Amino acid sequence: MTIVWNDPVNLMSYVTYVFQSVFGYAREKAEKLMLDVHQKGRAVVSSGTREEMERDVQTLHSYGLWATLQKDG
Amino acid sequence: MGRGFKATREGVSVHLDTAEASVLRSLVASMVLDVVEPGETGDDPLERALRIGPATEPTDPVLARLFPSAYADDDAASAEFRRYTEGDLRDAKRADALTLIETAVGGKVTLTPEQAQAWLRALNDLRLVLGVRLEVTEEIHEEIAEMGDDDPRYPAFVTYDWLTYLQDTLVQALW
Repeated sequence: MTIVWNDPVNLMSYVTYVFQSVFGYAREKAEKLMLDVHQKGRAVVSSGTREEMERDVQTLHSYGLWATLQKDG
Repeated sequence: MGRGFKATREGVSVHLDTAEASVLRSLVASMVLDVVEPGETGDDPLERALRIGPATEPTDPVLARLFPSAYADDDAASAEFRRYTEGDLRDAKRADALTLIETAVGGKVTLTPEQAQAWLRALNDLRLVLGVRLEVTEEIHEEIAEMGDDDPRYPAFVTYDWLTYLQDTLVQALW
């Protein structure tokens, strides 16, 4: 799965927008994930095969989000 | 330094003073383009041809933030991922920075959807670089409010705040 970590630079609006445009999430879902990142320090933003997750992480890094991959469970 | 992006019929647009456009281009050139080297920097011709890059996390904290390790708990997997992706990521960040530098002119700037995405990422990269260097926290607004304008950090913090405003208005204009 792909995890995004909180950092003090990325804007709440920008993070929400990136979740919507990268994953095609509805605004409500993207906002909830952004709030999880902001308040809990991290959130699982997508899950799937290792190849899919590596692609997601690379895309999120291109947007400057602090994203990592982790094996499920 | 007061106007932000607006959504218009032709696309998102912003009015920049000549001075604002110049400051923006200069910051992106010196803080992003000069810091992020092109992807193909290896010495081995085969590795260059296959676009295989370095395996280790950069020691410079700015570069470590722009190119974070992909696996939090697996150094070998992170190294492998980095070897095959960092070069492309470097080139993508440089291309975004160049797009901003070419389109940030004094007067009315109107961006195509592709240029707007490049601006979003380039403004964010610039804010990440400044954020690491200035050791920005989430309390930046309170910090600036309490900081006197004779504080040596003041100009950089105010510039960072302006970039934040530009990026935030760009997001709102694109929604």
